[in-house]
Amino acid sequence: MNLRIDVEKTFGGFSLQVKTDVSGERTGLFGESGSGKSTLVHLLSGLLHPDIGEIHLDGTCLFSSLKGINVPPEQRRIAIVFQQAMLFPHLSVKANLVYGYRRCRRENRVISAERLIHVLKLQPLLERGVRNLSGGEKQRVAIGRAVLANPRLLLMDEPLSALDDALRYQIIPYLRSVSEQFGIPYLFISHSLTEMQLMTDEVLVMQNGTLAEETTSDRLARSRMASARNGYLNLLRLSDPVVQNGLYAYRWGENELLVSEGLPSGEALFELSSREIILFKNHPEAISARNLLHCRVKELFSSDGRVGVVLSAGGERLVAEIVRAAADELQLAADSTVFAAFKASSFRRLG
Amino acid sequence: MTLSPEDITAIGLSMKVALTATIVSLPFGFTAAWLIVFRSFRGKVLLEVLVNLPLTLPPVVVGYFLLLLLGTNGWPGKALEAAGIQLIFTWKAAVIASATVGFPLLVRSIRIGMESIDRQLIQASRSLGASWYDTMLTVVLPLSLRGILAGSSLMFARSLGEFGATIIVAGNIPGITQTIPLAIYDYASSPSSGSMALSLCLVAVVISVAVLILHETLGRTLDGGRKS
Repeated sequence: MNLRIDVEKTFGGFSLQVKTDVSGERTGLFGESGSGKSTLVHLLSGLLHPDIGEIHLDGTCLFSSLKGINVPPEQRRIAIVFQQAMLFPHLSVKANLVYGYRRCRRENRVISAERLIHVLKLQPLLERGVRNLSGGEKQRVAIGRAVLANPRLLLMDEPLSALDDALRYQIIPYLRSVSEQFGIPYLFISHSLTEMQLMTDEVLVMQNGTLAEETTSDRLARSRMASARNGYLNLLRLSDPVVQNGLYAYRWGENELLVSEGLPSGEALFELSSREIILFKNHPEAISARNLLHCRVKELFSSDGRVGVVLSAGGERLVAEIVRAAADELQLAADSTVFAAFKASSFRRLG
Repeated sequence: MTLSPEDITAIGLSMKVALTATIVSLPFGFTAAWLIVFRSFRGKVLLEVLVNLPLTLPPVVVGYFLLLLLGTNGWPGKALEAAGIQLIFTWKAAVIASATVGFPLLVRSIRIGMESIDRQLIQASRSLGASWYDTMLTVVLPLSLRGILAGSSLMFARSLGEFGATIIVAGNIPGITQTIPLAIYDYASSPSSGSMALSLCLVAVVISVAVLILHETLGRTLDGGRKS
């Protein structure tokens, strides 16, 4: 997906000015509420018109004030997943799902209803009324409805914000399937750094109606390490553990990690804050923390007075956060080796 | 309670006029409400004022304006005459009078129904490939059904009671344009027909109560359907 935007829009005391040329299948739009994210979503989908400027998607002009082009929303093939599921209350789950599909040209129908229902596990919901679905189920149907419209681009406008934590991480795999299974590029809009890390590669950072930064989700997480509530979040996808003394032992690269709150089987996603990791210059004699890894320092970066240490452990990557004085004391430099310790209970299972 | 054959005709005519006025107004009422709620255009305030004007104007004034328009001196009247259509002093004029006076009630109810539709539902529909008229028919119309029914029953009830505008454009011709209120007016102006007037009044009360009960029941059914 390539998106070329150069637009200006002023309304009600708010002005938006965005100019970018971004490519990528999993792009993020990050910013505080009121930074103009939603306005940009509306401009892209054609629900709002820029005052002046141009919008091009994959080489096709969607809007140009100069050439007088303004493709109506229904012809843009840009579907939206909203914060609330926004299912049509007068239609059944099935009718909701095929709403966009039926309006999609035959030659553009690449994703079939059968395949979508299978991937998003919607079969048991089909005969239910829209009002009898839980919040998470509704959002799953909404994702399905948008995907089945076979769009060129999917705008996910804070699709997880209305869900509670447990539900959020259950929905994420379904959202990821949009690009992984169906090959639809998406623009993921959120103010959550974790969601950005989980869902996106390239990130556009919005601030006061302008693009403040174009970065990657990892660089964004690094730069906000010191100010974020939980530091930099290491996200680990671990699977098929062996239970040892009440702890789950997961294989992670060449190492084994012990986790308190594991899942007996299948894949689980864990978050490990950079602040939970303690670094040692030499191997400690005895230690209560259950995880001790021999690591190589790959690089150091600074974020607001803190030092982020990117570690390589058994082929995997881990980011630890220490204060500058500690970095000096440990004489950390690229290629030096350290021991990283963290508790089995430091992992937070996301889903 | 006795009803003369003329009374029966008046009751039948009242129902016919009210029903026709309501059905004929529905598409216009829906369009007007849709324009007011979902579209922004120059002169929107003018449309709103125009739609609501019959609500505040005395019905007699509305009737007089209609007479000027539809009579042989008004240009619509002339055009209709040229086409061989005579409206003034026919039951069709009564329909137009009722439709004009009841229209604000219809639009108001539909509008309230439409305003309660979440805008994002409409945005979702558009982004899923539905054009504006497709969205209007498949999302807005079904979701404002309750307002449409409420408005229709209100308008029907209002049309049954229409007097001022009707008597001016349609006259008070027994068997042709004499509806229930006009018949009651006739009875009331002759001192000997007090009981006849009362009979028709009772009929009017029964019909009105029936319409209101229907209005409430329909509203509740739709509401129940929405919540379940």
